[in-house]
Amino acid sequence: MSRSHEFLNGARDILPLVVGAVPFGIIFGTLASGAGLSPWQTMGMSALVFAGSAQFIAITLLAGGVGALVVLLTTFVVNLRHALYSASMQPFVRHLPAHWRMPLAFWLTDEAYAVIQHRYAREDDSRYKHWFFLGAGLAMYLNWQASTAVGIAFGRAVPDLASWGLDFAMIATFIGIAVPMMRTRPQVASAAVAALVALATWSWPYKLGLIAAAIGGIVVGVWLERRASAEKGALA
Amino acid sequence: MDTWLLILGMLVITFLTRYSFFAWPRLRFPHLVEQGLHYVPVAVLTAIVVPGMLMPTGEWALRWDNAYLLAGVLAIVIAALTRHLLATIAGGLVAFFLLRWAFGQLPI
Repeated sequence: MSRSHEFLNGARDILPLVVGAVPFGIIFGTLASGAGLSPWQTMGMSALVFAGSAQFIAITLLAGGVGALVVLLTTFVVNLRHALYSASMQPFVRHLPAHWRMPLAFWLTDEAYAVIQHRYAREDDSRYKHWFFLGAGLAMYLNWQASTAVGIAFGRAVPDLASWGLDFAMIATFIGIAVPMMRTRPQVASAAVAALVALATWSWPYKLGLIAAAIGGIVVGVWLERRASAEKGALA
Repeated sequence: MDTWLLILGMLVITFLTRYSFFAWPRLRFPHLVEQGLHYVPVAVLTAIVVPGMLMPTGEWALRWDNAYLLAGVLAIVIAALTRHLLATIAGGLVAFFLLRWAFGQLPI
């Protein structure tokens, strides 16, 4: 597939997740002034940081009068999961020059990760899968800027988008990506453990429960996979 | 000005986290780590989806009028049977909004 083809497919495949993010961008734009951010600073945070969860937690902390150091530390903890995505995608982008790897890393959100790893998992010989990455990342990014701007400009005049439940688009997409990946017993067990840990750690702050769930799922998956291959080895 | 410094600080921290492994193109993971990374997508996506279905507002909602749960289960069934992403998204979303509408949960 050509570069432009991959690019457009990336933008297309992430579309449900883009739609799902619209209410959150608008809510962020609406709420940020309450934390003392000017419209430009609000826009600046969406444009430069580009991390929904971290942005929401930052304005909540700022509104509560928490110091900058705590906000930065929290940003680090909330974004830790991105290091996992970074490690997971590294084998696919390491052949690219730095002027590609840097912008792609900047656009590596939860949503982008979900559709991009799905694309790389398809084993065709396309040489331009990084253009898919770029298309998906850019679509998510431009939408985040636009919806933040709508929130700043129209604020509470926007009808209550959150009550529509557009966030279900993300759930449906993640289901559509994850379920077909559960082909082996270790994969199914990994998902089950991740789900249980996520539920048990739901009250943990700063998305730490998500990391615990990921680690739990990974450890169980690897453990079962190794046990299965050890048994096979013993039989042979 | 302080706020701008904070935003720049958040930019640096967020970017460095996402770039952490992209920064080392010559790095090759040990076999065990590589094996573990294969489980990242399934584990992370499931860990986002399941609480999203069972606790859509942050509290347990094991109720028959929880459209997130019902439409989510339907989406899982569609995904398992068809392995088709678009069918899963479309089927899940249609069911979700029909249920929300039937339960009177839409603001119309």
